[in-house]
Amino acid sequence: MSASAVLLQFLNGLAGASSLFLLASGLSLIFGVTRVVNFAHGSLYMLGMYLAVFLAPRIGFWPALPVTALALAFVGAAAELVVLRRLRHAPELLQLLATFALVLLARDFALWTWGPEDMLGPRPPGLSGAFEVGNGRFPEYDAFLCLLGPSVFVALTLVLRRTRWGVLVRAATEDREMTGALGVNERWLFTGVFAVGAALAGLGGATAIPREPASLGVDLAAIADAFVVVVVGGLGSIPGAFLAALVVGEVKAFCIALGLERLVLGVEFIVMAIVLVGRPWGLLGRPPARAVPRRMDDAGFALDGRERLLASVAAALLLLAPLVASEYSMVLLTEIAVLALFAASLHLLLGPGGMVSFGHAAYFGIGAYAAGILLLKEGWPAWAALAAAPAASFAAAMIAGALCARLSDVYLAMLTLALAQIAWSIAYQWDSLTGGSNGLIGLWPKGALADVHAYYSAALALAGGAILFIWRAVGSPFGFALRASRDSQARAETVGIDVRATQWIAFSAAGLFAGLAGGLYAFSKGSISPESLDVTRSVDGLVMVLLGGVQSLLGPPVGAALLTWLQDMLAREVPYWRAAIGATVLALVLLLPQGVAGLVGRRPQ
Amino acid sequence: MKLEVRELRKSYGAFAALRGVSFEVRSGERVAMIGPNGAGKSTCFNVVNGQLRPDAGTVRLDDIDVSGRAPRHLARLGIGRTFQTAETFASMSVRENVQLALLSHRGRCGSLVANARCAFVAEAQALLERVGLAAQADRASASLAYADLKRLELALALAGEPKLLLMDEPTAGMAPQERSELMRLVVELAERDSTAVLFTEHDMDVVFGFATRVLVLHAGALIASGTPEAVRADPRVREVYLGSA
Ligand SMILES: Nc1ncnc2c1ncn2[C@@H]1O[C@H](COP(=O)(O)OP(=O)(O)OP(=O)(O)O)[C@@H](O)[C@H]1O
Ligand SMILES: [Mg+2]
Repeated sequence: MSASAVLLQFLNGLAGASSLFLLASGLSLIFGVTRVVNFAHGSLYMLGMYLAVFLAPRIGFWPALPVTALALAFVGAAAELVVLRRLRHAPELLQLLATFALVLLARDFALWTWGPEDMLGPRPPGLSGAFEVGNGRFPEYDAFLCLLGPSVFVALTLVLRRTRWGVLVRAATEDREMTGALGVNERWLFTGVFAVGAALAGLGGATAIPREPASLGVDLAAIADAFVVVVVGGLGSIPGAFLAALVVGEVKAFCIALGLERLVLGVEFIVMAIVLVGRPWGLLGRPPARAVPRRMDDAGFALDGRERLLASVAAALLLLAPLVASEYSMVLLTEIAVLALFAASLHLLLGPGGMVSFGHAAYFGIGAYAAGILLLKEGWPAWAALAAAPAASFAAAMIAGALCARLSDVYLAMLTLALAQIAWSIAYQWDSLTGGSNGLIGLWPKGALADVHAYYSAALALAGGAILFIWRAVGSPFGFALRASRDSQARAETVGIDVRATQWIAFSAAGLFAGLAGGLYAFSKGSISPESLDVTRSVDGLVMVLLGGVQSLLGPPVGAALLTWLQDMLAREVPYWRAAIGATVLALVLLLPQGVAGLVGRRPQ
Repeated sequence: MKLEVRELRKSYGAFAALRGVSFEVRSGERVAMIGPNGAGKSTCFNVVNGQLRPDAGTVRLDDIDVSGRAPRHLARLGIGRTFQTAETFASMSVRENVQLALLSHRGRCGSLVANARCAFVAEAQALLERVGLAAQADRASASLAYADLKRLELALALAGEPKLLLMDEPTAGMAPQERSELMRLVVELAERDSTAVLFTEHDMDVVFGFATRVLVLHAGALIASGTPEAVRADPRVREVYLGSA
């Protein structure tokens, strides 16, 4: 590569880094002060894009930028006032679920307002030309972006250092209890931080419109990018976010320049995985001052009499269902059984294990692909391919678990997300093996399992048996050791428990069962696509567990049934089904924080 | 049983919390380690117990060098421990706490299908009786009064049949009455199994009432060691510690 080509790529990387910084700095700010992992940050970015595209022809492109940022500030403040303020003292997982409900609402709001088509932005007036750089051309607008990112960084740093508000923000980021002790009015600080964070996301979205069209899928792509930058930089660190945005932006630009386009989808997650394994608190982050003990009022995860009765009745009904149910409901029930196992496997991690995974779908997907590829390309019989699914996922989860061993909480969630995104980008791009973005079709098992009713019975037996095994294991000595490791790591070690090994085994086992679910899912659908292991499915899993109730063993399967049925019913009958699900989830989180299972089970005191 | 600590050093960044600490503890002894706040007592316990790795120096248990071994290995070699702020398994009942400790000490935590709630029921009950918690066995451990939490910690430590019991401020946060009750219990248990006990304590009545020997730690170094009477009379100790207390 010639010197000028390197320069050009460097500038391209810089422009990308600027956008990334705008997107991520707000997320980092919000997390630093409120400790809320705001899943809806990407949605704010998306709304910023749409709003700017809408405003630009009406009030002009340049005025549209600040107006959009201001409008988003109000949206962010409103979200904090209406939703998150009520969840201030709720477990962080519930806050997460609430922000995810906001993602669904924002997505359908954009669909309703602006329709499903991508919307192209205008060319920026006055900056539509390009500079000559060697043999290449560098758009003037990108040069503007290169300046905008650092300017915002400097402005933000000045605000944080010189203003009273900034001092409070930094104090809150560094020591939350101290802020409380100083008598800072926390509530308004939080609202303000949400407003500023949202404005930054909105500005990021608005300034992106000359480079890419506004589209509905932007939200999740943006949040994944933002997570990477924030985690690589160190949670809550604005200089860290700036540095990380530079690193990621440049790495991406040079991947393209070196003809490694295939890497681009996954490379940022590879960067994040490397950083988290080597520097678990990010480039400029600091280790948390003290480990926060996890309070989990799980009442021991033992099923009481009522729950047992309920589970038995449900099992009996499911066993008898093939006698009466239509083919359509058979397919739906198969999906419910399979996803119930997926949810139960995630719950093993989340509940007794106390390990939050944002990427559990990876093991579901790896199982699905393993089964599909072995059936289709290697000609294995269905049962053998099905047996290989959990084995493949187990192996993958063992590797991932070894990498994750040092991490906890948000960092663990992020590394699992990164690994899942890497798995996703492999599935998405390895055309010859995985069928790329189209996936694999024609995965119908032959022989006895070909019939829908028969397959349902087999899937129910396998998934049900696996769920019963998980339940049993939670009450076993191993399950106790797992809960003990979660409750108090120091105490667990001093009574002789190998905490890391225990958690590692649990992580691998959760992967194994997710893989079994994935294999069963592939054959029930007859096809698989990268969607089976993307973020949406991981989040679906979280929603199922939290919807059903993380404190009860019964919760996850109930949540899986509820969400799957809701999705099926709403997707057929309601045009804005995502918003309907989002609203349902939000209502449940605010009104029924114990989950649906909390209605029937014993309520922890 | 003999614990032998030689020239132990430990720094947090530039701050030296332990600057060459040496002492021994033998079976049947009850040794109190005293010193002002921040003297390095908890740090010393954490090194002996394997929670922290020493920068230099050795910890020997019956002439085996165990420096830097993980707490779970030391637990198997017979070191039991309670923490300055009580650490128990908050999601479990009192009995389940002890059952788990027994399962772990007996190497039974690998089982995935046995029912942990049916394991070692009688032994768990016996241990709870020893520490006076039998009546509370079915309560959620998170709902215990602080003094009872400390007793539960003691039961967890005893489940491993320790030869050496490390107790970091066993009576902190208790009423005077409860303090001497707990310490009498410890003495009784230790005498029965001739367990060595090393404890830290700020309450001088507890120290001089129950210790057979006293170590005085100040700014990361031992400045005195001997019988309670000798230490009480030591002018340096009076100066840095007792005088100010
Ligand atoms: N993780 C740590 N990082 C940095 N400094 C620490 C850390 N732990 C302890 N220290 C410092 O080391 C010194 C010794 O602490 P240690 O907890 O061992 O004292 P202590 O004698 O147990 O005090 P106390 O009587 O208050 O329990 C203190 O000054 C403390 O601030
Ligand atoms: Mg201490």
